[in-house]
Amino acid sequence: MISLIGSTPLGGGLFAMGLFTEPVSVAHYLVVGAILFTAGIACMAVKRNALGVLMGIELVLNGANVNFVAFASPYLQAEGSRGLGLDGQVIALFVILLAAAEAAVALAITLNFYNNHATVDVDRADDLKG
Amino acid sequence: MMAAMSATGLVATALPLAAINWHSTFFLLFAVLACVCAVAVVAADNVVRMALYLVLSLGATAGLFFLAGAEFVGAMQLMIYVGGTLVLLVFGVMLTAQAPFVSIKTAPGDRALAGIVGASLLAVLLLSAFSVEEWRKPAAGVVGEPTATPIGMALLGVRVDEPPAHAPAGVRSGYLLPFEIVSVHLLVVLVAAAYLARAKRRKTPRAIEVAASVEPPASVAAHAAIGREPAGRSGSVLVGGPR
Repeated sequence: MISLIGSTPLGGGLFAMGLFTEPVSVAHYLVVGAILFTAGIACMAVKRNALGVLMGIELVLNGANVNFVAFASPYLQAEGSRGLGLDGQVIALFVILLAAAEAAVALAITLNFYNNHATVDVDRADDLKG
Repeated sequence: MMAAMSATGLVATALPLAAINWHSTFFLLFAVLACVCAVAVVAADNVVRMALYLVLSLGATAGLFFLAGAEFVGAMQLMIYVGGTLVLLVFGVMLTAQAPFVSIKTAPGDRALAGIVGASLLAVLLLSAFSVEEWRKPAAGVVGEPTATPIGMALLGVRVDEPPAHAPAGVRSGYLLPFEIVSVHLLVVLVAAAYLARAKRRKTPRAIEVAASVEPPASVAAHAAIGREPAGRSGSVLVGGPR
């Protein structure tokens, strides 16, 4: 299967970059976290469905978690560096818990809004406009 | 037959299987899955498909956590995020998915603007991710210990893990207080969510309430003016849901 991937132009390019052969570093994880974070920010900004905005928030928190775990992982650290140790993983756990709490409340608010306005379009939520 | 053999030999010389780092290969697989699904969440218009792509992205991120040696966090990610939060979100989708709201289109101008802003934000983040020399060094391959026991003990206030190199020696505090704060916070939040999302019974149709709140009766206005009845109370009775 790897040979198949490697024979395609994209796979060959990745192979030439050493992505299949070199050990990963913290920066690899930071790139993934940055992409997840940016996708979440764009999702929060673009979506008009309130649930879409919620999904964007989940993506942002998840991108932050990827960074925490990468800095905490002893496996990914370079020679002579030990990273955050256990702290990063525990903070990632707390972030997961708070994200669950936030999703529960935000969903309740969304359902309430839907009951009162019969829509989930956030552009229609302008009752408090000054 | 000869052609097939020579082709196999060509691939074998170009891609020696022994040189492949399987950790990096699986990292690449999960990373591409997570990033592509995250972008698909932004690109999709249908809210049900967005939920599906979000499940895939979060699941692939759990795989990344396992690859980083954080197996406890990865398992929690699968159980709480993919198992709990996503079920909640899908319930929300099902409860509100009337035909006009399944896909609410975004204006193309907004989409282009968000693309530009997102691309510049991504450029800044990538620049900073590669800016520190230490983060770019390949991993030394230190095999970490299992993390479930140290995390469980640390949440009870006892640290059994090795301190980081830069940490001062001596007694280190665990995470008992944050753990308690988070657990009480979770309890309060769940009670509040159940209170907010409860089914309300309306005595009067909403149209009548809206009409009444827009034009309060003259007697109510007069009471409010002379201060016998607080103005806010009459407003809240009319606007808020019936008890």
